[in-house]
Amino acid sequence: MSTDATAGSDADPSTDDLAELQAQVEALETELADLRSDVENGPKKMVIIATKGTLDMAYPPLILASTAAAFGYDVTVFHTFWGLEILHEDNSKNLQLSSVGNPNMPVPNAIAALPGMDRVTTRMMRNKIADNEVASVEELIDVSLESGVDLQACQMTIDLLGYDEADFYDGVTTGVGAASAFQEMVEADIQLLV
Amino acid sequence: MSTETASETVDVKGQNCPMPVIKTKGAFDDVPAGETLEVVATDSGSLSDIKGWAESTADAELLDQQETTEGGEDVYKHYIKKVE
Repeated sequence: MSTDATAGSDADPSTDDLAELQAQVEALETELADLRSDVENGPKKMVIIATKGTLDMAYPPLILASTAAAFGYDVTVFHTFWGLEILHEDNSKNLQLSSVGNPNMPVPNAIAALPGMDRVTTRMMRNKIADNEVASVEELIDVSLESGVDLQACQMTIDLLGYDEADFYDGVTTGVGAASAFQEMVEADIQLLV
Repeated sequence: MSTETASETVDVKGQNCPMPVIKTKGAFDDVPAGETLEVVATDSGSLSDIKGWAESTADAELLDQQETTEGGEDVYKHYIKKVE
């Protein structure tokens, strides 16, 4: 392109201007390299919000969390509402499953709603889990904590459901709320609501 | 060949997803650079799981995956080298 448009007394940049431009370019290049290094080499992050406390729904967040940790991710699982049951040391060993409302179960809803049926369904599922050598919820919590997964129990729902901080597994983070979970989600590469 | 060079072995027979990958990661952390880890599994899903894990792990190189039968049971062996 023609340089006529800029022709004038200032057409030739001074050496000072050139040096300043060069310094700016170098500063930008350094900044870009730092950012690129952060993106490529920095640990990636995953946040899962776990809201369900039935036996079947305890598995997906724990399996994904422990797996992502094995892939080198920083992982936080924020448990709220019935998701707290997964972290509750006593309740987690006794999570239940219901056939009601699940058309994939081999039991009609009218029968599934009878007293005691949830216990039957839960026992069937637990047997299947054991037969297929699938880890227990407790084992998955242990490996998650060992892998550095931050298992968090929402303070508002701890209070709402009348639990005590001592009810949860050792290593579970309490005293956290929506704002800290949101802040972690903002920084995360993967965010899931389960 | 790769079997002979494995310096450490982790046995995850009888364990199902996600345990093979998690135990592999845990054992691999302790493997010195240049050495190879052998993982012995019975979970058929470990073939794709450990392959995927190795591809995403910077210092892990999957040397070999073998399917064998031991005592009537399908066994999957994985050899992962820690690159320097």
